[in-house]
Formats: sequence, structure tokens, C-alpha cells
Amino acid sequence: MSLINLFRIAFKALERNKLRAFLTMLGIIIGVGSVIVMVAIGQGSKQSIHDQLSNMGTNMITVQPASNLNGGVKIAGTSFQTLTIKDIVALKAGAQNITEISQAVTARGQAINGALNWPTQMAGVSPEYLDIRKLSLRDGIAFTPTDVLTSAKVCLIGQTVVDNLFPNGENPMGKVIRFGNIPFQIIGILSPKGFNAFGQDQDDILIAPYTTVQKRILATIYYTNIYASATDEASTDAAVKEITSILRDSHRLTAVQDNDFTVRTQQELIATLSSTSGLLTVLLTVVAGISLVIGGIGIMNIMYVSVTERTKEIGLRMSIGARGKDILMQFLMEAVLISITGGVIGVIFGFLSTQLVTLLLKWPTIISESSVVLSFVVCAVTGIFFGYYPAQKASRLDPIEALRYE
Amino acid sequence: MSKIILEIKELKRDFVMGSETVHALRGVSFNVNAGEFVTIMGSSGSGKTTLLNILGCLDKPSIGSYLLDGVDIKKLSRDQLANLRNHKIGFVFQSYNLLPRTTALENVELPLLYDKEVSATERRQRALAALDQVKLADRQDHTPSQLSGGQQQRVAIARALVNEPVMILADEATGNLDSRTSYEIMALMQDLNINKGKTIVFVTHEPDIASFSSRTIMLRDGMIQTDQENKNKRSAKEVLASLPKTADYSTEAK
Repeated sequence: MSLINLFRIAFKALERNKLRAFLTMLGIIIGVGSVIVMVAIGQGSKQSIHDQLSNMGTNMITVQPASNLNGGVKIAGTSFQTLTIKDIVALKAGAQNITEISQAVTARGQAINGALNWPTQMAGVSPEYLDIRKLSLRDGIAFTPTDVLTSAKVCLIGQTVVDNLFPNGENPMGKVIRFGNIPFQIIGILSPKGFNAFGQDQDDILIAPYTTVQKRILATIYYTNIYASATDEASTDAAVKEITSILRDSHRLTAVQDNDFTVRTQQELIATLSSTSGLLTVLLTVVAGISLVIGGIGIMNIMYVSVTERTKEIGLRMSIGARGKDILMQFLMEAVLISITGGVIGVIFGFLSTQLVTLLLKWPTIISESSVVLSFVVCAVTGIFFGYYPAQKASRLDPIEALRYE
Repeated sequence: MSKIILEIKELKRDFVMGSETVHALRGVSFNVNAGEFVTIMGSSGSGKTTLLNILGCLDKPSIGSYLLDGVDIKKLSRDQLANLRNHKIGFVFQSYNLLPRTTALENVELPLLYDKEVSATERRQRALAALDQVKLADRQDHTPSQLSGGQQQRVAIARALVNEPVMILADEATGNLDSRTSYEIMALMQDLNINKGKTIVFVTHEPDIASFSSRTIMLRDGMIQTDQENKNKRSAKEVLASLPKTADYSTEAK
């Protein structure tokens, strides 16, 4: 019997019992639909957790000069001067997995506003730094590449410094403070970030163009650090490899020489992130499995009823020439048709419900293609698996007894 | 001498029921030639049903041989038997056995669905032709619930005709019908037998019905009691004509 005929027969049989077919499908519809909705909610919350973690800069990469031996004495890496503009140029030209890059020089010193002063540090960076470190301004504007070129005496001020230099609630915007001997005009105030995981106050900072700090304060051509953003966490490892090889080239290191720099990533944050999403995936897979098994049992149950109910029809079909295989295929086709139709409706239902969740509950949701494909494949397999046994029962009926069945 | 369609030799069929063995058929032999209209009669327990199952290739004999159109069914597998039923036998049942909520045309098409060599268009044409033979072409879209008992049985006969079998096997085909409708069915059977040359084996327990056939085999306790030509074969059409004119078949037939 051809597939088209099988399909027609199965379709006819389902059409004769529309309501029952629909109720049977309901198990699959709800199963597939809930898988899609849950995965969408899971993916959505994963994305929002991810966004929050990204705010801490999960994809941030830091390059520091490496510690090194100098006549048998280990010397702290920070006192080495290896990172220069040459490295920045090389990285900007060669690195594929990096979106943004900023050099950084830091100077410690006293910030002074009239009679008030406060010991703090000044970071000399490029404008990209704010993006890389996920810093934002609550007032004012960031300095521009032009400020960098002209070594402009402008700075962004952290909340802790504001609190100490402007204790009476004056607006620091536009005010001129001194750092060491150099006057700086305040052009922006950083949004407070609080303390980091190591208890350091991230708001105790002044940020100025790196050229200003290099030329006017430190008188150096070297950088303390290089900061970079990898395209995303997944490409962090690739970015690290890339940076390492570019910097080795740029520093003309031979194969036997150690790196004169270290490249660091935010491994801990990344690990946290992947464990959260891993747990979520396992949980949803279990839910998906359970609901589809329940749907499958529904199909099996109804197929059994259907076989019993249509014993006489089976007998008739056999008496006019249907082979066991034909009967088997007919009932299997019915089961698969139920599960696949249910699957399609389930996918649509899942899409709509997901939209509803986003609309009414304002939960972030992302419909993943893999969940749609997977649940669809699983429900087709469910149909075959749970439909096979009743179909086999039907195909093994004795035509004589089936014909006499009342 | 016309071609032998059924060739039955020393047919025995035993059923083992627990410790006992029931001998349903104890050695039956007869031949049916092409174009014959044979009725098989017998009271219940005579082995009628067992013989019918074997004739219909639904069951195999324990001992003895049964050749249908030259094929020995004893050697065939389950699937081969199904194939044989599909090609050589047209079944007509007492309770019609039409698929519910399925149109007459689709019911008639059913046997051809199991024949790979028949295309969809040919299937439709042949089903329409078969419906036309039982004078129901205008009812092709009606479902069984929209048809009378007699009409349903005629659809069943069309279904039995559609695969052009060598033999039509009817099992109490008039058992559920009133006598007028029974005569209509018998008139149709006679028409198929005489004018279309169909071989018909008709199992019944009504002597009235048997009188329309050309030969009657009487079974008793698993043996053939009598096997004789019907000398005064009646014409169902004439019997119908003698009844008051209300039936639909007699008017349609004209």
C-alpha cells in the first residue's frame, strides 16, 4: 500500500473521530507547547542573568606586564615596562575576537579641591575603557578622541571622590580640581558601582585621557595595563590566544622565551554563568521528557481503544486483502499523524503562549530553534514508539475472529 | 466442460478445544465450475462456517486439499493468503461490514487500495463501474447511515465485484434483510451470475434463498449430505414482480 493511501486512510479514520483525535493530541500539544514556553522562559532568564553578569564584564580581558627574573630576583610584573602604543596598534590591526581595546596607565596621588583633599588614583585610558569596564556616566559626557590627542586636562570623577571633595552637595560638574599639581576640569560623573568582589571601592577613581596622564603626570611612554573586550564569553579563550600571539610578535619574542606579559580573563564569572544555564537546561529537559511521555501514553491508550473498537473493520480489511503489515502501517500512521499534528499545533501554541508571557508578565523570553526542532522530533518518535504496540496488536488479529467480533 | 474454480478434496478441519478434538469437517469433496451459482446449506454446527472460512482463504484445512483457481492454499503464507483474497475472492457479509462515515464509493474502492498495481484514477473508475453494476451510481457520495439495508448490501456486493474476483463468496448475505429486499439481492446475484458470468458461492440456511441457485450442497455434521442440481430454479425477478410494487430496486432495474 502506498504512503499516500496510508495517509488518506489514517486521515479518514481520525476525521471520523475528530473530538477524540483532538483530545489525544492535547497531551502532545501541551507537552510540546510547554517545552517551547519553558525553554523560551529559561533562555530569556538565562539571557538576562547573562546580561547582568556581562555588566561585571565577563568578556573583559586584562593584559599586564609579566613578573620576571632579573639576576635571580623575581620582580613584580607591574614594574616592568613592556606595553606600548605599538602593541595597541598591532592588536587593533590583527585581533578578530576583540571588539574594543583600551590602554591604561594609573597614577596614585592626591585630589585637591580648595581646602579639601583625598588620596585616590587616576586612570589614564582611551574612551573605549568605559564600555569595556561597563562604566556609565550619571552626568556629563565622556572625553573624546580629540581630548586624547590634545592631552586635554579633563576628567571623569567617581562617587567616592565626589563625596570627599564636594561634601556639601555642590554640583561638581564643570568644576576644576587638582590632581597633584595639574588642574583638571570635571566633565562627567561616573555612576556608582560599589565595591568589587575583593572589597575594593570601584568609585574611588578619577578617569582622564591616557595621553594626559602619560605626558603631564607620569612622563612615560609605557602602559600599566591593556584592557580589551572579547566578542562574547564564548570567544574569550580564542581572544586570549590571539592576544598572546600578537603580543609575542609585537615584542619580538623567540620561541624559547617566556611571555613578558600575562593575559587574564574573568574565568570565575564565566564558570558561574555556565553552571546556572547548565542546571536550567537539565531541569527543562526533564520537564520536556515527562510531558511528552504522558502525551505518548495518551496516544497509546487511545490507539488501544481504537484497535478494539475497530476490530471488525480490521477483520473486514483483512478479508478483502489487507496484509498484517498493511494494518500495522495503518494504525502506526494514525498514531504518527496524531503526534505530528499535535506537534505542529503545539509549536504554534508554544509560540503564542511565549508571546503572551512576554506581553502580560513582561518576562524576557527567547524562543530557541533547537527546542522547537527537538520537541517536534521527540513527539514524532513518541508517536511511532507508543503507536507501535497497539498497531502490532491489530496486525496480529485473526481475521475470522475479528470478523465475528461484536 | 467449463473451468474448475474450486477444487476440494477430502477436506478435514479439526479444532483442539482443551483435551477434546472437535471435527468440524470430516472429509468434504466437491468442485465448483466457473459460472455456477452454488448455495451451501446446513443447520448450525454442520460445519458451514468452517467451510466458508476455508473457502474464503481465512483458514486452512487440517487435512485434504483446496485449490482455488488452481492455487493450493495450503502452501501459502499469511501474506500470500491476504493477496489471494484480494485478487480472487469477493466477500459479501451478513452484516454488510461497510466502513461507517465513509462514502459508498470509498467503501467500494477499499479492496483496490490493497492492490499496488491499481492507480488512483483506475481505482475510482472501477469503483464507479462496480457501483453502476448494482445500480447505485447515483448514491456514490452517501454514507452507509444514509442508505437502506438493501442498498448497503448492494454497496457491499459492488465492493466484492470491484477487484474482479473469480468467485463471490456470500455469507448469509440476506440474513439481515426482509424478504422483499432479500429477493432484490437475489435478483442482483442472479443477474451477476447469468448475465455477467460470475461464479457465486452462497452460504445460507434459508431453503427459500437456496431455490434461486443452480446447485445446492447440504452439509450435516461435517459431511456433505446432498449435492444436487436445482431442477426448478426460480427467478428472483419474477418472484419480485409478483409482489406488490413498492421496492426501489425493481423500479430502478427497468
